[in-house]
Amino acid sequence: MRVEELLEHGFEALSLPDGGREIDGVYIGDLLSWVMGRAQMDNAWITIMNNVNVIAVATLADTSCVILAEDVEMPEELVETAREKGVNVLRSSQPIFETAVKLAGLIA
Amino acid sequence: MSDPLVFHFDVDGENFTSAGQASTQVKKNLRQLGLSPDIIRRVSIAMYEGEINMVIHADGGTADVMVTEEYVEIVLKDHGPGIPNVEQAMQEGFSTATDSIRSLGFGAGMGLPNMKRYTDSMKIDTVVGVGTTITMRVNL
Repeated sequence: MRVEELLEHGFEALSLPDGGREIDGVYIGDLLSWVMGRAQMDNAWITIMNNVNVIAVATLADTSCVILAEDVEMPEELVETAREKGVNVLRSSQPIFETAVKLAGLIA
Repeated sequence: MSDPLVFHFDVDGENFTSAGQASTQVKKNLRQLGLSPDIIRRVSIAMYEGEINMVIHADGGTADVMVTEEYVEIVLKDHGPGIPNVEQAMQEGFSTATDSIRSLGFGAGMGLPNMKRYTDSMKIDTVVGVGTTITMRVNL
């Protein structure tokens, strides 16, 4: 499934410079080094972290998108940075578990 | 055989939020060189972890990246406090980061282990009170 297709399923796009990117698996985590150690390339990464380092980690770990769960806000300047760096950032109003369950159904 | 390509970066110790600029730039450079996505990912994650460590623990430092036909070598050098017990520091989960660093999502004790995980070789030269130099290689 492509990242942009999530918009049809209740996910909100904050930054979508590369919406055609394919999602291959999901990783959940807030500890950035843990994410870099375990997330796979092209995973959708669900987190509640919303600082600038998230953008760097998503870039370097090559995840297909960051999904902020629980309706976490991302400051506008970070959204801007995400767009500049080509990082897709989406938001889900649901908690992490429900977000993951929904994604599991969608990418199965 | 062509000369190796060399990139040099100064890592700003004061600027925690911009940490990752050097590794992001390296990622871009390696992509332009046409290296495989997997190699690029391994090099840039290992380098980012090193960059973060230099910002958290050592007030910055320098990063030098050399690309040869056989490998990519990353040398991270700082004049920080040094690592008193390397074996302990290499254990997953061991961290001396402060709470404020943890609140940013770092300090999981995965930095050095990740650097080892993503590289083919890693050498740590450290002297307490003098500084640390880490040399990593990813084979092409």
